[in-house]
Amino acid sequence: MADLAVCKAPDGVTTLGLGSCVGIAIRDPVTKVGGLAHVMLPDSTAIKNNGSIEKFADTGIEELVRQMVAAGANRSRLEAKIAGGAQMFSFQKNCDLISVGDRNAEASKAKLKQMGIKLLAEDCGKNYGRTVIFYPETGQYIIRAVGKPETSI
Amino acid sequence: MSGFTFNDMTSEYMDVLKEIGNIGAGNATTALASMLQQKVDMKVPKVDLMEFKEVGLFLGGEDSIMAGVYLLVEGDINGSMMFLSHKKAAKHMVNQLLMGMGHPEEEEFDEMELSALKELGNIMTGSYLNALSDLTKLKIFPSVPEIKIDMAGAILSAPAIEFATLGDKILMIQTNFTDELDIDGYFILVPDLDSYDKIMKALGMA
Repeated sequence: MADLAVCKAPDGVTTLGLGSCVGIAIRDPVTKVGGLAHVMLPDSTAIKNNGSIEKFADTGIEELVRQMVAAGANRSRLEAKIAGGAQMFSFQKNCDLISVGDRNAEASKAKLKQMGIKLLAEDCGKNYGRTVIFYPETGQYIIRAVGKPETSI
Repeated sequence: MSGFTFNDMTSEYMDVLKEIGNIGAGNATTALASMLQQKVDMKVPKVDLMEFKEVGLFLGGEDSIMAGVYLLVEGDINGSMMFLSHKKAAKHMVNQLLMGMGHPEEEEFDEMELSALKELGNIMTGSYLNALSDLTKLKIFPSVPEIKIDMAGAILSAPAIEFATLGDKILMIQTNFTDELDIDGYFILVPDLDSYDKIMKALGMA
């Protein structure tokens, strides 16, 4: 949670047990540099204690892209897939009518769009946890959930 | 406005929170013992203020399957509370509670077992909050709880996100009980920042 990592093919990168958090996987299909960010909250500007940039969708994606470019990715070729943003408990406290999971997913998509990164696929929402593995070699984003068959987007 | 933040917590504050954790968990263990009608030993609870990245490892992996009971807290303080336990330990407690009418430990939870587990979590969090309320003389009303069995990280994301709006760390209270089997339990209490101030004031700390 509130973490990110960059890797290069043939390596993969994983994050375990995504709940309302969102896992944003980005890769450059040519240099095969990839990365994964596990963000907890949608907006760094909405909160006073915003020291940790990995925690938020907006600053987390920016930081991930910065590190990927430093590792050899080309900014203009980047493409993304996202998963997570579930609502684990139905009363989960939220100031708005929309659950924090949905807001995390929406904020991630908005940030990708603003940065001109194409969103290829997503598996968001519902009410269960997801473990994800991302392979920059193929762009395969594998999703595992308890009691459900493994899927790939 | 509150002066309390998690990122610059003094050791004095931390000691108070530890003591609350101790007393709360002690109360909850007593409740557990009377529910299961047997002796339950409790180890000294461990109270940790940890980074979000460390939580998964602490629980034995973010993808280990756990049972979580989650509820909202209202009254003089506002926030939420969670009781977490690994699936095997949860199943064991439920089997004890249902006096052998439950299913074997490797099987999934059925409706009745889930309901029993929810009640167990309800009583344990209730007695934890009672201890806090007695200590502070603050009114604390827990909501009806909800239960979920899923990956540790996913269940934890609910209180963790509440903590994330307050700072970069999460406060975990771990208790271990023993009857025949080692049972692990974790309490997570997330009052909002104003409520932290109220708790500290009520205890003469601020």
